[in-house]
Amino acid sequence: MSGTLIIGATSAIAESTARLLAARHERLYLVARNPQRLKAVATDLAVRGAERVGHEVLDLNDLAAHEPMLERADGFLGGIARVLIAHGTLSDQKACERSIELTLRELHTNALSVVALLTPLANRLSSRGTGAIAVISSVAGDRGRASNYVYGSAKALVTAFLSGLRQRLRHHGVAVITIKPGLVDTPMTAAFTKGLLWARRERVAAGIVRAFDRRTPTVYLPAFWRPIMFVIRALPEAVFRRLSF
Amino acid sequence: MISRTFSSWGSVVRARHAVYSLASRHDAFPRISPGSTVLPYGNGRSYGDSCLNPDGALLRTDALDHFIRFDSDTGVICCEAGVLLADILRLTVPRGWFLPVVPGTAHVTVGGAIANDVHGKNHHRVGSFGNHVRRFELLRSSAERWICSPDEHPEWFAATVGGLGLTGVITWAELQLRPVAGAWMQVETVRFANLDEFCRLCENADSVSEYTVAWIDCLSRGRRLGRGLLQQANHSTHSAPDVPAHDYRIGMPFVPPLSVVNRATLQLFNTLYYHRPRWRTRRHTHFQQFLFPLDRIAHWNRLYGPRGFYQYQCVVPGERAADATASLLQAIARSRQGSFLAVLKRFGAATSPGLLSFPQQGLTLALDFPNSGESLERLFGELDALVAQADGRLYPAKDGRMPGWLFRRGYPQWQEFARYIDPACSSSFWRRVTQEA
Repeated sequence: MSGTLIIGATSAIAESTARLLAARHERLYLVARNPQRLKAVATDLAVRGAERVGHEVLDLNDLAAHEPMLERADGFLGGIARVLIAHGTLSDQKACERSIELTLRELHTNALSVVALLTPLANRLSSRGTGAIAVISSVAGDRGRASNYVYGSAKALVTAFLSGLRQRLRHHGVAVITIKPGLVDTPMTAAFTKGLLWARRERVAAGIVRAFDRRTPTVYLPAFWRPIMFVIRALPEAVFRRLSF
Repeated sequence: MISRTFSSWGSVVRARHAVYSLASRHDAFPRISPGSTVLPYGNGRSYGDSCLNPDGALLRTDALDHFIRFDSDTGVICCEAGVLLADILRLTVPRGWFLPVVPGTAHVTVGGAIANDVHGKNHHRVGSFGNHVRRFELLRSSAERWICSPDEHPEWFAATVGGLGLTGVITWAELQLRPVAGAWMQVETVRFANLDEFCRLCENADSVSEYTVAWIDCLSRGRRLGRGLLQQANHSTHSAPDVPAHDYRIGMPFVPPLSVVNRATLQLFNTLYYHRPRWRTRRHTHFQQFLFPLDRIAHWNRLYGPRGFYQYQCVVPGERAADATASLLQAIARSRQGSFLAVLKRFGAATSPGLLSFPQQGLTLALDFPNSGESLERLFGELDALVAQADGRLYPAKDGRMPGWLFRRGYPQWQEFARYIDPACSSSFWRRVTQEA
C-alpha cells in the first residue's frame, strides 16, 4: 500500500486528486493552512475509503517547519511513496506591479517554498531509491505574459527546478513529475468568465493520478495545452511582445 | 462582486445574477447588499424559476461537497448539502446501502432534494425524500445556525423541507439509507391499453413492487386514452458485481436552432415506443438504467431548442383522481402538444413532512412541453382549470409559469410558511406566485 503526502491539500485540484486516491484505499497525509477546511477534507477522504488519513496545519511559507512536518508524514505513512505539491496563490498582477513586497511574497509562496520542500524531499526519497514527486506548475510558467507574469515567473522557476531535479534523480529511482494545468474551474479562478478552454478539476485530477501511475515527466492538463504552448513558446519575441492576452 | 448568467433545467429563463459562494460549511452567511435578496443554488436542476432569483443574487453551495460520516452498520450518512445524490450512491451502493428516495436524476444536491422534498417511483411505499432526513443544519442570514429534525426545531424542519431554499441555506444533512444487496434491479414492463387498465394494474403492481411508474402515450385518444407502459421494479436480492457507474455515455453538444421535439417526431416516437416488441418482459437492470435513464444523455434539455421547455407536473387527489387525469389527458391529446416524456404515477398515503411538500395521495401526471408560446399557454390555462377543479396542485420544482391563484389554492399553508422565510431570501418563483393579485 502506497502512502501519498499532499501539500496544499485543500486546494481544489489537490482535493480532487486525493479523492481518486482515497477511492483506491490509499494512505494519505494532508498538509494545508486552514484548519477547519483541512479537517473537513480529511474526514471526507476517510469516508470515501482512504485507508488512513493524517493531517497537519502548516503555512508553507514557514520554511523551518518543513523538516519536522516531513518527519511526521514519513512516520504516519510508513515511508513517503509519493508527494503532490499543490499549494499556491493566484497572484494579483496589478497589485504586484505597485508593491515589491507583495511581488516577493507571491514568489516566496509559489516558488521558494516549493524549492525549500523539494530539496529535503528529493534527498529522502533518493536515499531510499524509490518514489515519485509531482508538483503543480502551470502553463503560465512556459512564457511570461503581461497579465500574470509574477505568477508565471514563479511557476517558471518551479518548472526549471523540476527539470534539473529530474535529471539528478534519474538514476535514483525517483520520478519527478511536472504538472502543467491550463485554465481550471476552481475557487482560485472563480472571478474569471469560463469558456471552451476551461477544464473541470476532476479531469485534471484524473490526469495527475495517471501521471503518477505512469511516472510521466511532464504533463499538460488537459493535453491540448501542449500544442498550444508549443506555439506560444515558439513565437519570436518581436511578435510575442505585441500580443496581449 | 461576480455576476453570471444562470438558467434552470427548462432553459426558458436566462438571467444574470450576482453570485456568492459558501467555500465551507463553517462559512458565515454572506453579507447581501441592502435591499437585495439571495437564493441558495445547488446544481440548477429545477425546471422553472424556483432556483432562480433574477435582479438578486444566488448563493452557490457546490463547494459544500464533503462527506462527514457514514456508518455502514446503520446506514446513516451525514454529508454537506452540495453533495450530489450520484456521489452518495457511488459511495454507498458497494457497501450495501441505497438512498431511500431518488428523483428521476441523480444529479441533484442533497440540499436541493430537501428543499424540494423530491419524490421517486417508490412514493407509494416510502413517501418523499423529507421522510428520510434525520436532521440538517439551517444557516440563517442572521448568522444563527439551527439543527432541525422532526424533534428539534420541528417547525423549521417542516418549513425547510420543501421550502424551496427560502428559509435559509442548508449546510449539511443526515440521511437514513436503506439496505440493498447490490446495484441491480428486477424490472418488469407491462403494456396497458388505457387509463382504466392502468388503474387496475396499479392496484396489484403497487403491492408487489417497490417502484412503479408508467410512461403514457400523450397523443392517444378515445378508447386508447392514457395507453402506455407500466414499469415495476424491486431491488434485486442477488449481489451481482457492480459495473462502474456510467458517467455520460452520450451528450447533446449544442442547442439546435429548433426543438427536436415536435408533432411529427412525437407521433412517430410514441407509436413506435408503445408498440415496441417484447413488451411484457422481465429484466435484470442496473439501477442507473431504471432510475436515471436520462442521466446517460448529458444536456438532454438542449433537445428542446433555444426556447427551452416547460414541465407540467400536477397531482390530483382522492376519488376523482382517475376522472380528472382522463380530462387532463384528453385536453393534452386534443392540443397535439406534449413530448416523449409523459409520466403517470400513483402517490401513496404517506404524509410528507414539509409545509409546502408536493406529494399527496392520488395520481401525479408529468409532461414536458416544448416552449411554443401562446398555444401552449392556452393549453396550460385549460389544464390549470382542470387541476383546480379536482383540488389538485402543481409541483413548484418543475414549474415556471403557474398562476399565483393556483399555487395559493393548492398550498393553503403558504401564508403560514411565509413566516419562516429568511428576510434575506427570495426567488423568482416565490415573487411570482405570491405578489400578483
